[in-house]
Amino acid sequence: MEVYNCYHCGDDCGAAPIEVDEKPFCCNGCRMVYEIFAENDLSYYYDLQSAAGTTPNLIEGKYDFLETPKIIERLTEFNDGDLQIVNLYVPHIHCSSCIWVLENLNKLNPAVSGSQVDFPKKMVRITYHSEELSLKQLVVLLARIGYEPYISLDDFDNKKKAVDRSLIYKLGVAGFAFGNVMFLSFPDYFDLSTNEVSGGEFWLNEYEAVFRWLMFTFSLPVVFYAGRDYFISAYKGLRSRLLNIDVPIALGILVLFLRSTLEIIFNWGSGFFDSLTGLVFFLLLGKFFQQKTYSFLSFERDYKSYFPIAITRITSNGKEESVQVHDIKKGDRLLIRNEELIPVDGILLKGNARIDYSFVTGESEPVRKVSGDTLFAGGKQLQGAMEMEALKSVSQSYLTQLWSNTVFQRDRSSKFQTITDGIGKRFTVGVLSIALVATCFWLFADASKAMNVFTAVLIIACPCAIALAAPFTLGNMLRIFGRRKFYLKDTLTIEQLAQVDTAIFDKTGTITTAKKSTATYEGMPLTPEEESLLKNTLRASNHPLSRSLYEILSEQNISTLDEYEEHLGRGIEGSIGENHIKAGSADFVGKQTTTDGLNTTVHISSNDDYKGRYIFHNQYREGVSEVFREMSYQLSLAILSGDNEGEKKRLERLLPKLTPLYFNQKPAGKLAFIESLQQQGKKVLMVGDGLNDAGALAQAEVGVAISENVNVFSPACDAILDASKFQQLYRYILASKKAMKIIKFSFILSLLYNVVGLYFAVTGQLQPVIAAILMPLSSISVVAFTTVATNLLANKLN
Amino acid sequence: MSVIYVLLTISIVVAVIFFTAFIVAVRNGQYDDSYTPSVRMLFEDELVQDPSSKKQKRKLPQREGKKENIQLK
Repeated sequence: MEVYNCYHCGDDCGAAPIEVDEKPFCCNGCRMVYEIFAENDLSYYYDLQSAAGTTPNLIEGKYDFLETPKIIERLTEFNDGDLQIVNLYVPHIHCSSCIWVLENLNKLNPAVSGSQVDFPKKMVRITYHSEELSLKQLVVLLARIGYEPYISLDDFDNKKKAVDRSLIYKLGVAGFAFGNVMFLSFPDYFDLSTNEVSGGEFWLNEYEAVFRWLMFTFSLPVVFYAGRDYFISAYKGLRSRLLNIDVPIALGILVLFLRSTLEIIFNWGSGFFDSLTGLVFFLLLGKFFQQKTYSFLSFERDYKSYFPIAITRITSNGKEESVQVHDIKKGDRLLIRNEELIPVDGILLKGNARIDYSFVTGESEPVRKVSGDTLFAGGKQLQGAMEMEALKSVSQSYLTQLWSNTVFQRDRSSKFQTITDGIGKRFTVGVLSIALVATCFWLFADASKAMNVFTAVLIIACPCAIALAAPFTLGNMLRIFGRRKFYLKDTLTIEQLAQVDTAIFDKTGTITTAKKSTATYEGMPLTPEEESLLKNTLRASNHPLSRSLYEILSEQNISTLDEYEEHLGRGIEGSIGENHIKAGSADFVGKQTTTDGLNTTVHISSNDDYKGRYIFHNQYREGVSEVFREMSYQLSLAILSGDNEGEKKRLERLLPKLTPLYFNQKPAGKLAFIESLQQQGKKVLMVGDGLNDAGALAQAEVGVAISENVNVFSPACDAILDASKFQQLYRYILASKKAMKIIKFSFILSLLYNVVGLYFAVTGQLQPVIAAILMPLSSISVVAFTTVATNLLANKLN
Repeated sequence: MSVIYVLLTISIVVAVIFFTAFIVAVRNGQYDDSYTPSVRMLFEDELVQDPSSKKQKRKLPQREGKKENIQLK
C-alpha cells in the first residue's frame, strides 16, 4: 500500500488523503494553508523545503483579549494609532521556508507593510496598519497559516529589554586600537632600543614622539573604556576580600599603562602600548567567546511565560469580557475554553472538565473533574468549555506561590568560586612576592633598575593566558554540548556540573516518557471475538486511555458496531449482534470490590461477565537502568516523585539496589529536600521537568530540565536536556569533569610562559618587543591547546 | 619627510571611518541576528513580486524547476 505524506506538514495522511492539485493533504487545515499560499503566489514555500508547515490548530475566541486597548498597548513596540509594530514569538519557525513566508506576509494581507524574522530567537517583527488589520486579525492570520504566535503573561509584564551590546563595542574599540598601535609600533620594532644618543636611524628618531603619542591616544579608550570591567571587578573583589583573577589583570593593565606613559614622557623608551591593547583585546575576545547563549531558549522562565495574558470573565449580568489575569479577584466567574489554561485556583461550576496537569506535575494523563471540584492553577482544559469560580488571585495560587520563595531571587554566580578565581588568589600572591623579592635584590645590586624590574614583573606576569583558558575551554564545551542537544545556561554550569556528587531525579516526565503505552492484562483471557469487539469499541472513543489501549491491542478486522455509547467519566460500551462489551472503571463494568490500588486501570466485562483488567504502566525512557547503574558508582542517587507509590516495585527492579525512592513529594518539599542535602555539604544535580520541580531545580547546584521539545516549555533551570539524549547524561557529566582537567593543563602551559617571561623581567632585560611577542604567543597557544583538546573530547562523546 | 603627518592623518581618518561604520552597524542591530540574513539573501527575487504580474507568470513559466508547480495551480 502506498503511503501518502501530507504535502504541507509531512504527516501520514492515513487511508483517505484529501487531494488538491494532485497533492495529498492530511486534513482540511493543511489544505487550507496550501490554498492560501497557492492563491497568493507563495507556493515557492514548498520549493524551499518540502513539508515545512504545521497543521493549523485554531480555537475560536482564543485571541479575543487582543482587542483590549490596554493589552495592545503593552504588546506593541510602537503604536501611533494606525501604524503598529509588534514582536511576536513564533515557536514553529524552524526552516528557511518559514523565514520566507513570514517575510512575505504583505502578499497575504496588504495591510502588513513589513515583516522581519529573527531566526535564532524565533521572533517575527511585523509592521502593519491597525486600521485595516487589527492585532487580533494579524495573530489569527498567522495562526491560520500554521504560524501561531505564543503570547504569554511574560510579554505583558516585561517591556522589551534593551539589548546589551556593550561587549561588542568594547571588543571593537580594543581591536581597533590594537591594530593601529601595532602599526605605529613598527618603527620601534625595526629600530630596536636605539635612540638619538646611541645613533639610531635619524628619521625614526625624528618622528618617534609623534608615533608614541599617537599610541598613547589610542590606548586611552582601551584602558578607560574597554578594560573598565576588569578594574570594577578587581575593586569589588578586593572590597569583599577576594583575590579574584581580575586583580592581577587590573594590576597588569594599570602598570602597563602607567609605565608606558612615563616612558614616553621622559623619553626612556617606547612603552608597552602594543602589549597593553593586545592584552585587553584578547581578554575581551575570551569573554565574547564565553558569552554564547541560546537565544531561542529561555532559562529564566517562571509561570508567567506560559500563563495567558487575559481570560474571559463572566460578569454578573451574564456578559463575557476579557480580563487581564492580574485583575482576577476572588469570586470572579471565569470561562475556560478548550485548550485554555486555568490561571487561578478555583472551583468548577459548570461543564465537564478534563484537566491536563502535565505542565505542573509532568503527569500526562488528564484528570477528570466534575462540578464542585477544586481546580488548581496551571492545568489545561482539554474538553470543551467550562465555568469556574476563582478562589484566589493569581499570585496567591498554589503553584504560583512557589515563586515567592527566595531561592528564585538569589544570584547563584556570586557565591560560586570559579576555577580561574581559585588559582587567581595563589597567582596574585606568587607574582607580588616575586616582584618584591626581585625589587629588593635590585635595590642593592643596581637601584636604578629596581623600579624597572618591579613593573616588568607585573607586566609580564599579567595572567592573560590563564584568564583565557577557562572561557575558551568552557565556551567550546558549551557549543559541543549544544550540538548534542544539551543546552547550558552559561559556562559556570559546566564547572558546577563537574563537581556534582549527588543526583536527584524526578520520576514522571523525567525518567518516564510522556506517553503511557504499556499495559498488562490480568484476569480471564479474552476470546478472539471479544478482543475484536473490544478493539472496535475502543476505536470509536477519543479518550486517551482508549487511544493507548487501542494501540496496544493486536490488529483486528474493522467491523461496524451496532451500538456504541460513551459514559463520560465512567467508560464505554459497544455491541455487535448478541455480543456486547464494556470497558471502563470498576463499578461501571459491574465489579464491586476493587483492588486497583494506585495504578491506572481499565476493566473489561463481556456480556455483563467480568473478565479482567488492563493495568497501565509508566513507560521508562530507554536506558534508564544503564544510566542509573553507571551513575551509582560515582554519585549518590535518589528519586523524588510527586506521584503515589504505585510504581514503587517496578522502579526498584529497574534501578540499582538501595536507591532511595521518595513519593508524594510536594514542590516545596522537593526544594527542602535538596536544601537539606546541601547542608550536609553535597553538591546536588537535580533532574526534573515540570513546574513542580522548579523550586528544586533552582535550589540545586545544577538544575537540568528534561524536555521532549526544547522549544516548547521548560521551567527555570541551568540546563535543558533533550529527552532523546537522556542516556547520555552521565557521559556529559564526565565530559565536563574532563573539561576541567583541560583547563588545569592550560594553566600549567601558561605558567611555563610566565616563567620564561619572568626570567627576562627579573633580570631586568624586558624589552617591549619581548612582551609584545610573549603575550600573544602564550594566549594563542593556550587557545589552540584548549580548542584541540575539547574537540578531541567531543569526538569521544559520539 | 613632513609628508608623514599627512599620511598619518589620512591613515587614521580612514581607520576612524571604518570604526565608526562598525559602531553604526552594531547600533543598528546588524550583529544581533547573524543567521537570518544569510538565509534571506538566498531567496529568489523573481518570486517576490506584486500580484499584478501574477497572471503573466502563470502563463510563462520561466524555469524548468518551477514548471510543475505552476501548472498544477
